[in-house]
Amino acid sequence: MSLLEFKNMTVEFPTRRGVFTAVRDVSLSVDPGEILGVVGESGAGKSTIGNAVIGLLEPPGRLAGGEIYLKGSRIDNLDEDALRAIRGKRIGMIFQDPLTSLDPLQTVEQQLMETIQLHLKQGDEEARASAVSLLDRVGIPDPGLRIKQYPHQFSGGMRQRVVIALALCADPEVIIADEPTTALDVSIQAQILELMRELCRERSVGMILITHDMGVIADVTDRVAVMYRSRLVEEGPTEKILGNPDHEYTKSLISAVPRPDVRLARFPVVEYIESAGDRRDSIDVATHWLGAGRTESGGETMLRVEDLHVRFLTKFSFLKKNRIYLDAVDRVSFDIRQGEVFGLVGESGSGKSTIARAIAGLYRPAGGHIHFAGADLIEVRTETEMDRYRRQMQMIFQDPFSSLNPRMKVLDIVAEPIRFHGLASGGAETRQIVMDLLEHVGLGAEAARKYPHEFSGGQRQRISIARALATRPRFLICDEPTSALDVSIQAQILNLLKDLQEELGLTMLFISHDLPVIRQMCDRVGVMRHGKLLEVAETEALFESPQHEYSQHLLDLMPKLGALSHEVIAGLEMADQGS
Amino acid sequence: MAVQQDDKKQSLWARLNDNDILYSFFHSPLAMAAALVTALIVLSSFGAPLIAPFDPFDPAQISLWDGKKPPAWEEGGDPAYLLGTDNQGRDMLSTILYGGRISLMVGFAAVFLGMFLGVALGVISGYVGGWFETVIMRLADIQLTIPGILTAILINGILRSVLPPELRDEMAIYVVILAIGLSDWPQFARVARGATMVEARKEYIQAARVIGLRPALVMVRHIVPNVMRPVLVLATIGLALAIIAEATLSFLGQGVPPTTPSLGTLIRVGNEYLFSGLWWITFFPAIALVVLVLAVNLLGDWLRDTLNPKLR
Repeated sequence: MSLLEFKNMTVEFPTRRGVFTAVRDVSLSVDPGEILGVVGESGAGKSTIGNAVIGLLEPPGRLAGGEIYLKGSRIDNLDEDALRAIRGKRIGMIFQDPLTSLDPLQTVEQQLMETIQLHLKQGDEEARASAVSLLDRVGIPDPGLRIKQYPHQFSGGMRQRVVIALALCADPEVIIADEPTTALDVSIQAQILELMRELCRERSVGMILITHDMGVIADVTDRVAVMYRSRLVEEGPTEKILGNPDHEYTKSLISAVPRPDVRLARFPVVEYIESAGDRRDSIDVATHWLGAGRTESGGETMLRVEDLHVRFLTKFSFLKKNRIYLDAVDRVSFDIRQGEVFGLVGESGSGKSTIARAIAGLYRPAGGHIHFAGADLIEVRTETEMDRYRRQMQMIFQDPFSSLNPRMKVLDIVAEPIRFHGLASGGAETRQIVMDLLEHVGLGAEAARKYPHEFSGGQRQRISIARALATRPRFLICDEPTSALDVSIQAQILNLLKDLQEELGLTMLFISHDLPVIRQMCDRVGVMRHGKLLEVAETEALFESPQHEYSQHLLDLMPKLGALSHEVIAGLEMADQGS
Repeated sequence: MAVQQDDKKQSLWARLNDNDILYSFFHSPLAMAAALVTALIVLSSFGAPLIAPFDPFDPAQISLWDGKKPPAWEEGGDPAYLLGTDNQGRDMLSTILYGGRISLMVGFAAVFLGMFLGVALGVISGYVGGWFETVIMRLADIQLTIPGILTAILINGILRSVLPPELRDEMAIYVVILAIGLSDWPQFARVARGATMVEARKEYIQAARVIGLRPALVMVRHIVPNVMRPVLVLATIGLALAIIAEATLSFLGQGVPPTTPSLGTLIRVGNEYLFSGLWWITFFPAIALVVLVLAVNLLGDWLRDTLNPKLR
């Protein structure tokens, strides 16, 4: 008998535009000590499964069919009181954001003891002792001291450990973890996954691990269920699914994950996944307006950053000497040659985005020089003079949902830089250029009449790219351009960027926390930590023989998925050639 | 292609029904009733010259002999004067319609002034920051410690004493607008500043800066359209408050003169006769004021709930 089992689960969200089925006829089960991964892209219904099991569907969602059994007894027809007794006690939960899962106004001790006493009826002393030993077990140093602290005094990774302790404190039989490591850096992610793996074995707890990340699945799960558009498409042992999947969707999903082990010319084009939005080569770049700014890659330096120093005021004081600053970028120097893609990699808070923003002129550096197109941008004083350089340098942002003005039509968004810099001779020409640009990034000219909210994340990122191209830049800064996107969409966007870079001879600064993406995109890479640039190397050299120990450390933490899926990709490539 | 092309085929009704705000409107009887009443009052007030039975500003139509007549259904009422007449023989119904027009005009103009000032200062404060923000927002804080109506009375008093006496009556209405508008701006400034700080952090603002847009253009083209939602909610509720403020000023004798009466002036005039049994002179304008303010307020509440999903 399985620990937790659900049969033919269907979850519906009735809306006024019709009933939306988020989960359709899904049957799964977890055994004690087993980790079942549920993987899928956004909107596939994987989180809904977790919420349905614990009876926490957001209204108006409802369980429209199916049965849920916990140790053989049915729980989906229980009333709210009975469910509340199960939730937390027999089924524990871990959510994505450790900051919002903890009460900021209570100490860790209060929160742990409250839960322990609620479910286990222990006395104060006993509960406190269990709380301390739990914190110790999840790897928090000095648990006796730290238990008195508030959640904000813990780092992100430590906080997620507290959340895990909280989920464990009633000795649950099943844990549902919804994207537990998505908000964390890779090095912390690895530790947390390791911890969850150990705890499950040790306490024979069954776990449902919901994630979009194939690397996480490969690292810790025993079995995997693959969700696609509210259906379960495939289920089986992890090695089998990742190494030799049967379903076409699973194959395409795996092949879209950037490979850490070898550099490919392009990402495998996945036919199965939505509207690949293939570019129509409707314009000839060589003769088109867009190509007029094209520069041949001559190898000379395009951008030289010298001793760049950016700091933020963290505590203001009227006396200069009492002000406290944070050195976000601490005397960093590098240069980018014409026509190359230069990568910056590092964990969150390492200062890589700050460098990008300082180069783009969004932050004023405290010191250093930025030489671009023959001028030191720090020395440029007037806005009009600056416009000359701005036109040659554009930026693509991370979050496709906030990087487009929701109140402007796509036409006006893309036309804004053209109009501002006076790059076209009239309204009709501007309109034509915008249409061509939209075609060129794979959206189609009809997109111009719409508003950003009518597009998906990947399509919006294409709009951002079109806007960045609208000044005919020579230098493009990409700040985590795909980290908010699903892997299949990421593959499309990265292919688009590669194509554009080649066609237009663009020079790029490419920022990412994702090493496999860096390997696929960049010619040279800089590794950053705590505002300092530790190492700059040719990409292949860095991946083969990293010099700095931190680079080595980062590489070790890279998910090992690529090795598993060789055969899949080989199979796909064979099929490609065959057709 | 995933980009749908069927939107042109949709009928106008289907598209209206698709709009969340309109959907919510047509499914809220209270909001529809409030909108109907507001529309009725606004239309009849501004259409006063066409529909009012008399022109209360035309001395030829006023006869003191007809003064103090009770409503038509009371004993001694005259069917020509449905709601009776005031002490000078003006038809109450006509006076209320004309008075409502002045109340509404003052309300709209004052809210517009307050909104314009508040949004301008709030957006600049939120976007530019620094000493400008400190000065403006502290000013707003100080002004908010004094009840709005007192500020309005103060500004009103100062402006009136500055004006030459012969212009006072003529300019009274503009003075009232200015006074209420100036007492109103801190609310708008606070809301606009808060919303601006949220928007300014978003990447589309950074994208605009990378393109090279100057701060003024970034604010006008990108920030203002995106902070107007909460501001418009505030403006709707502010309209009701401005109408009340005008009525209060007029009731206190600080507002528009009795020769061009607003609802507040009418209530004040009627108040003097309340104890002599002439209740209708004050009662009907008061009812009109209450209904108008209530309807506008309900509309504002509905708008706030609809535009702020967190309150649902």
